[in-house]
Amino acid sequence: MSDAPLKTTPLHDAHVRLGAKMVDFGGWSMPVQYSGILEEHRAVRNALGVFDISHMGQFFISGPLALPWLNRVLTNNLERLQVGQCQYTFLLNDHGGVIDDLIAYCTAPEHYLLVVNAAKIDEDFAWLDDRRPQEVLLINRSNDFAGLALQGPKAHDLFTLFFQNNLQAPARNEIISINIDGAPYLIARTGYTGEDGFEIFCPAERALDTWNALLEHGAPIGLKPCGLGSRDTLRLEVCYPLNGSDLGPDTSPLEAGLGFFVDLQKPDFVGRPTLLHQKTNGLQRRLVPFKMQAPSPPPRSHYPVYKDGVQIAETTSGSLSPTLNIGIGMAYLPIAFAKPGEPIEIEIRGKRYPALVEKKPLVRTGLS
Amino acid sequence: MNVPENLHYSPSHEWLRLEGSTGTVGITDHAQAELTDVVYVELPQIGAKATAGQQICVVESVKAASDIYSPISGTISEVNTALSSNPALINTAPFAEGWIFKLTADSPAEASALKTPAQYRDQLSQA
Repeated sequence: MSDAPLKTTPLHDAHVRLGAKMVDFGGWSMPVQYSGILEEHRAVRNALGVFDISHMGQFFISGPLALPWLNRVLTNNLERLQVGQCQYTFLLNDHGGVIDDLIAYCTAPEHYLLVVNAAKIDEDFAWLDDRRPQEVLLINRSNDFAGLALQGPKAHDLFTLFFQNNLQAPARNEIISINIDGAPYLIARTGYTGEDGFEIFCPAERALDTWNALLEHGAPIGLKPCGLGSRDTLRLEVCYPLNGSDLGPDTSPLEAGLGFFVDLQKPDFVGRPTLLHQKTNGLQRRLVPFKMQAPSPPPRSHYPVYKDGVQIAETTSGSLSPTLNIGIGMAYLPIAFAKPGEPIEIEIRGKRYPALVEKKPLVRTGLS
Repeated sequence: MNVPENLHYSPSHEWLRLEGSTGTVGITDHAQAELTDVVYVELPQIGAKATAGQQICVVESVKAASDIYSPISGTISEVNTALSSNPALINTAPFAEGWIFKLTADSPAEASALKTPAQYRDQLSQA
C-alpha cells in the first residue's frame, strides 16, 4: 500500500454524515456499509438501494474511426450497438488476459462512452492511448463525472416518481442523455447486482443534490444507501466477476465463462489469437461457482480447493450468501471438475468443508 | 458504547466475567460494532487449553474473519452453542446471550492484569 492520500468522491462527506464505515478500496476512500451489509443486501433484493459509483472511470471516444478502432481493442462487437445501446465487453492484453471488464455505450453516432473499473482507470487509459489512431479522440473524464447506481425491484417506481412521468425510462442495456436543471445526465439501465436498476452519471458538482434527491424520494419506498460490502455479496450471488479477483492478466474471458461477450467472428482484435487457440484446443480450466453443502465459516478468496484429497485450485471470491444463508464462491477448476454437481472441498483454516460446483447464477433475481 | 462495570477487559476487546475460578468470555459492544453482522462463530473445543493473550477461536462477519484471544489462561469448560444457529446474538447482546465460552481459570488472579472498565473506556476514547 502506498502512503498517497486516498482519493475521495464528491459524496465522501455525505457518506460520513450518514455514518458509513469508510475503507480503502483500490486507493479510494469508499463506504463499505451504512446500516449493515446484510440489511443493505436485502434492501436491494427486496426493494431498492443506491450506491456511490463515482470512483468508476468514464472515457469518451469519438470520431469516424472510433468504431473500427474500438472493435480492435475490445472483445465484443460494437457493430451490434445502435445509438443508445450498450454492451459488456473486455479490454485484453496481447496474450488474451483481462486488463479490464467494462461497459461500452454508444451515446450518438461515432460517439462512445466506456465505463471502467476505478482501480484500472490509469492503466486502461494508457493502454488505449498508446494504441489510438491520431484521428480518434479519447478523453478521460473520470474526475468530471459522478455516478450513482440505483438498484432493486423498485428502481423503475422511483424513476417514475422522480421524473413524474415526464421521461421514458431507458430499456435494459440502453442509455439516455438528458438535461436536468441545465446539467447533462446520462442514465443507463445497467447494474452489478442482478436486479433491475439504473446507473446515473452526472457532473461531479451535481452529485450531492442528486444523491439527496434520490434518498428523499426513495426512502418512502424502502430505498437505503448501500456500500461496497453489499455490492460484493449481491454480485457474487449472481456470479458477476470482480476484476482483480475473478479476472486478471492471466485469465481469459473464455476461461471465465464469459465467451458470450467475445466475438471471435471479428477478423482481428487484441488477444484474439490466444482466445482462438483456447477455443480450438479446448480450455484447461474454467471459472465456476460453488455452494457449501453445510454450515461452514464463510469461504473467502484464496482459500484452497480440494478434490479427492488433492489441491486443485484456489477460490477467487467467497462470502456468506445473505439470500441463501450459506457460503458461496467462485474458483477456476481444471476442466474435468468444472461441471455442476461436482463435489469439491474448500479448506478453511486447515479444515476441509464439502461444497458442490453449481450453475450460474447461484441466486435467481429480477434479471436472472 | 456500553462498557459494563462488573467486567474485566482485554486490549483486544474481549470481556471476562469472573465468578470464583469460572470465567465467561465474550467480545465487547465496541468490537461487535466494528465487526458488524456476525455470520459465523468457530467455537473452541471443550477441554482445550486457553493461554492468556493467545488466539482461541474465530468470529466471522460478512467481510472478515477475526481472531478472538483468551483474556486469561485456563481450560475451556463450556461453549455457547446458541451461537451456531444464531451468531447475530454477538451483535444484539454482546455482554449477555452473545457470550462465547467459559473456562476454568488456572489462576483467577491473572484477571488483575486486564483493564478495568475505566481503563477500557480510556482506550476506546483514544482510538
